[in-house]
Amino acid sequence: MAEIRNYTLNFGPQHPAAHGVLRLVLELDGEVIERADPHIGLLHRATEKLAEHKTWIQSLPYMDRLDYVSMMCNEHAYCLAIERLVGIDVPIRAQYIRVMFDEITRLLNHLLWLGSHSLDVGGMTTFLYAFREREDLFDIYEAVSGARMHAAYYRPGGVYRDLPDRMPQYAAQHTRSARALASMNENRQGSLLDFIEDFTRRFPAYVDDYETLLTDNRIWKQRTVGIGVVSPERAMALGFTGPMLRGSGVPWDLRKKQPYEVYDRVDFDIPVGVHGDCYDRYLVRIEEMRQSNGIIRQCVDWLKRNPGPVITGNHKVAPPSREAMKTNMEELIHHFKLFTEGIHVPPGEVYAAIEHPKGEFGVYAISDGANKPYRIKLRPPDYVHLAALDEMSRGHMIADVVAIIGTQDIVFGSIDR
Amino acid sequence: MAAAPDALAGSLRSAFGDSLAGVAVALGEVTAVVAHAALHATMRTLRDAAAFRFETLIDVCGVDYSTFGNAARDAPRFAAVYHLLSLSNNARLRVRTFAPDDDFPVLPSVIDVWPSANWFEREAFDLYGIVFEGHPDLRRLLTDYGFVGHPFRKDFPLSGHVEMRFDPEQGRVIYQPVTIEPREVTPRIVREQNYADSE
Repeated sequence: MAEIRNYTLNFGPQHPAAHGVLRLVLELDGEVIERADPHIGLLHRATEKLAEHKTWIQSLPYMDRLDYVSMMCNEHAYCLAIERLVGIDVPIRAQYIRVMFDEITRLLNHLLWLGSHSLDVGGMTTFLYAFREREDLFDIYEAVSGARMHAAYYRPGGVYRDLPDRMPQYAAQHTRSARALASMNENRQGSLLDFIEDFTRRFPAYVDDYETLLTDNRIWKQRTVGIGVVSPERAMALGFTGPMLRGSGVPWDLRKKQPYEVYDRVDFDIPVGVHGDCYDRYLVRIEEMRQSNGIIRQCVDWLKRNPGPVITGNHKVAPPSREAMKTNMEELIHHFKLFTEGIHVPPGEVYAAIEHPKGEFGVYAISDGANKPYRIKLRPPDYVHLAALDEMSRGHMIADVVAIIGTQDIVFGSIDR
Repeated sequence: MAAAPDALAGSLRSAFGDSLAGVAVALGEVTAVVAHAALHATMRTLRDAAAFRFETLIDVCGVDYSTFGNAARDAPRFAAVYHLLSLSNNARLRVRTFAPDDDFPVLPSVIDVWPSANWFEREAFDLYGIVFEGHPDLRRLLTDYGFVGHPFRKDFPLSGHVEMRFDPEQGRVIYQPVTIEPREVTPRIVREQNYADSE
């Protein structure tokens, strides 16, 4: 009889199902995983070290580039940390804008996750539909910040600008007929809020479409039901947060348990799974999209009725208006000091966490009173989830590893930092 | 809503007494300082005792305090900061432990208390050179294979020591000393107390 040996397989870093630059060393017994050893750090940019050499405000755009599919949520945690250290109050309108954009970001993230997860296990169609909706959400990002992905829109003390009164429209082109142009611009006639409201009206039907494609799909269920099962106790011990924890049946959501901004004023439910497998986590995330859609609509309603300031009036932290700066000596000095020297954050330390689409995203900031952070530690949720890949994939087939990587919703920008 | 930090600080003091080097409440967060020798037992109690029940280790963060406040210190240089989360009591706790030896910082591993400590401790070892005693697999995690040094230490320059390029003569990728000058655009300033209070 032939001698049977375990062998080692390199999975990635250039593998489409590795979601970026994951190098996975798999020890196999036939096609069964004995041990999975993820090698990470191929995208390590030392964001935390760079932040120590920049003023507090200068490292804000780095946060977009951590988890580059949920940009504004990363900024949010960073701004919360600075606000708590300095003790700034954020205007209520800015809080609603932030909550609205956090939920828009959650949709962006879950749509990408849904598309790529189903693509990994063999369904091309969902990917195409999910990216169609992402396009509208990117337009919303662009309308408010000028950038489609790396928005840098949040600021300590509020947000950079109020929402625009006009939604940008498609321009005429010689390849576009007048009728096509009119239909493309049909829902862009009003303000940005009108466009978002229109989107929230359309979106539930889109989610129904995805569910038609997947929820009762035999192949989808064969690939996800009973795969990567994690018990609630084990999920807590492994440090899971977000949909990974809720998929195992633990009703834990920072938006409900430790509410920040105005999450205690909006109405939404927390979906919880039962079995803790990939399929339950899929159902949790689908329901989260529906709930997020409801939160966005509530925020739109409130924002339409309540104008007001969107950034704090404390000019030690936020710049004065251009007009005031040009006419008032003191405001000019504030402006100059803020942009040359930056914010002085009192000595202390703070850990600010938000319910990021992937789980708990935390920023631990230590300040020694300088204009730069002494130490910033970023706690990405998917880093912790990927660390449990070994345990989750043991005893499964190679093809199931792809499904587990998909369900963990990992993005290397935030794992490697 | 999250549990009251003062109540948590009180139960910490009554449960551990003098074995804690300090308990402080600041900005609504509780920080406990634990001596490195007592770390493992304290962490196990914090996870299991009914008053605490910190089931989840959220984060482990290495810190190099050598240039803190731009002033000389005689406190130990390296620390590990643990963030704990209790889902049953809805509470958070920060635990700080200093490594006694600056030249060879060693701390006990908590991987048998929370398995999620695995990668966090590997990361702190990689970036700060803190050795976690009892960790079964303390390899580098984030830096390159064969990397020399611990890049997040304050005496490690931002630009690093070596750079990598393709050498057309040798026909392969080589490492060489960095050719860029370190540059500081905005200087780091610690102002005296009440510097900016005009009123």
